[in-house]
Amino acid sequence: MDRIDYQQLRSGEVNLGTSIMAVQFKDGVVIGADSRTTTGSYIANRVTDKLTHIHDRVYCCRSGSAADTQAVADIVHYNLQIFSQTNGSPPPVHTAASLFQNICYANKDALSAGIIVAGWDKEVGPSVYNIPLGGGLFRQPWAIGGSGSTYVYGYCDATYQEGWGRDETVNFVKNTLALAMSRDGSSGGVIRMCVITEAGVERLFVPGNELPKFWQGTEVLSLPKEKAATLEPQVVPMAVE
Amino acid sequence: MTSVFSPPGFNFSNQSRNDFIAEKGIPMPKATSTGTTIVGCLFADGIVLGADTRATEGDIVADKNCEKIHYITESIRCCGAGTAADTEFTTALISSNMELHALSTGRKPRVVTAMTMLKQMLFRHHGNIGAALVLGGVDATGPHLFTVAPHGSTDKLPYVTMGSGSLAAMAVFESSWKPNMSRDDALQLVKDAISAGIFNDLGSGSNVDACIITASHTEMLRNVEMPNQRVEKERQYRFARGTTAWKSEEIRKLVVSEEVILLAGGDEMDTT
Repeated sequence: MDRIDYQQLRSGEVNLGTSIMAVQFKDGVVIGADSRTTTGSYIANRVTDKLTHIHDRVYCCRSGSAADTQAVADIVHYNLQIFSQTNGSPPPVHTAASLFQNICYANKDALSAGIIVAGWDKEVGPSVYNIPLGGGLFRQPWAIGGSGSTYVYGYCDATYQEGWGRDETVNFVKNTLALAMSRDGSSGGVIRMCVITEAGVERLFVPGNELPKFWQGTEVLSLPKEKAATLEPQVVPMAVE
Repeated sequence: MTSVFSPPGFNFSNQSRNDFIAEKGIPMPKATSTGTTIVGCLFADGIVLGADTRATEGDIVADKNCEKIHYITESIRCCGAGTAADTEFTTALISSNMELHALSTGRKPRVVTAMTMLKQMLFRHHGNIGAALVLGGVDATGPHLFTVAPHGSTDKLPYVTMGSGSLAAMAVFESSWKPNMSRDDALQLVKDAISAGIFNDLGSGSNVDACIITASHTEMLRNVEMPNQRVEKERQYRFARGTTAWKSEEIRKLVVSEEVILLAGGDEMDTT
C-alpha cells in the first residue's frame, strides 16, 4: 500500500528556533546552546535546556521541532542504555550519532530535526558529529546549527584554530553563541554550555545580562563636524579575545 | 504487485483526504474547545495548579462552569487546554494506565511516568490530538511541574501557563513569582494568574478552580473564586396587576366533561 505523504508545516508547532554549537578540543568537547523555545512569536520557554543527555559522555544539541527532537533523543537514549548493558561498556560517540542518523534519515519526510551529537569515548577521544535536516552524518572539528548559526559561519571560520585548550574553547563557544543570539530573533535568553571530558561533564551557565558584549551601536551619527568634535567619543571598543 | 513496505507509525493519509474535502466546501465538524487559562506553580512544599471554568464552541460559551483540572493519580493532577474531548480522554486514559502501572509495580507512580506516557501518545498522533496540558504532582523524588504541547514536546519549569490566556497569566507569574513561596502566597498567585486570564482573555472566563498538591495531601479547591456571579437585578420587568385595561370578559371552561351513554348492552366478557 502506497501512502500519501503527509507532511504539512504544522501550525502551532513548538519550535527550537535556535543557536547551537559543539567544538572539540584536546581533552574533550564543549557544547553550547541558547535557551529560547518559541510557538510563533511567543516564547514558550526562555530557560530551555537544549543540551540533552544521551549517555554518560555523549550529549546532543537539539534544533528544529521540540517534539521531534525530544522523541528522537529519548529513543536514542533508550537504545544506548540497552547497548551499554549488553556490551558492558559505554557506547562510542559514533554509535550514538549513527543511531540519530538512522532515525533522522528513515523518517526524513516526517521530522524536522537538526542535531549535533558530541562527546568523548575511549576509542577516538573527543568527537563532534553534525546531523542536518536530511539525515546526513558529518564528523567536524566544530559544528554550528539552528537558525542563528547562519549569522556566525564567518565568525567561526575566521576565529577557530586547532589545538585550543578548554578555556579558549569555552570562550569561543560563548562568544559565537552571543553573536548569533544578538542577530537572530528566534534565539536568545541565556547560554548553556557543557564541557565533556573523560573525567566527567561540567555544566556552565551564562545569564542573559552577563553575555559577552560586542558592537553595541552607541555612536551618535549625522552630526555636523564642529559639533561632533565637542562631544566625547562614545564608541565602545570591540571586545577581542 | 503493490509495495509491501509500510512506514512505521500510524497512517495519516486520511488527513490529506479530509483537508481536500474541507477545501471543496465540506468543513470538519466543530469541536468544543476549552479556550482556556491553565497554570501551575511550584512552592515550598508542593505544586499549585489552577484553571478557569469556561468552555467555548467558536464564540459561544458552551459551559460556564466546567472542570479542567483532571485526576491522574491521588498526588498527580493535570490541567487541560485545547480540544475539550481530547484533554478529557487523554487524561482519563493516562490515569487508567497509571493506576495499572501502580498496581503492577507496587509503587506510587512518578510524575515523569505520566509525562512520558502523555508525550509519547501525543507524539504518535502528530498533533491531531489537540491536548495542551499542564501536569503537576509530588512523588518520591519531590514536586514536579511540566507542560505538554499537542505535538508531544515537554518543558519542565517552576511556573507554567497554557491556553489562550497563557500570556495574561504568565505576565502575573513573571512579575510576582518567587522561589520557596508559602502555600497561601502560592494559592493567591495562582488565583491572580487565572483571574488575569478570566478578565483579559475572551476565551477564558467564569470561576477559578485550584488544586494544591503536597507530599501528604491533595486538596481540590473547586470554584475557590467566583468573580462572575449573577447579581440580583436592580430593576424588574414585572407589571403591576391591572396595568392592562380590558373592555369585555369571557370565561370559557377548558375542561370538557363528557357522559357516555350505552345504546345497547355492550359485549360483556365471557367468564364461563
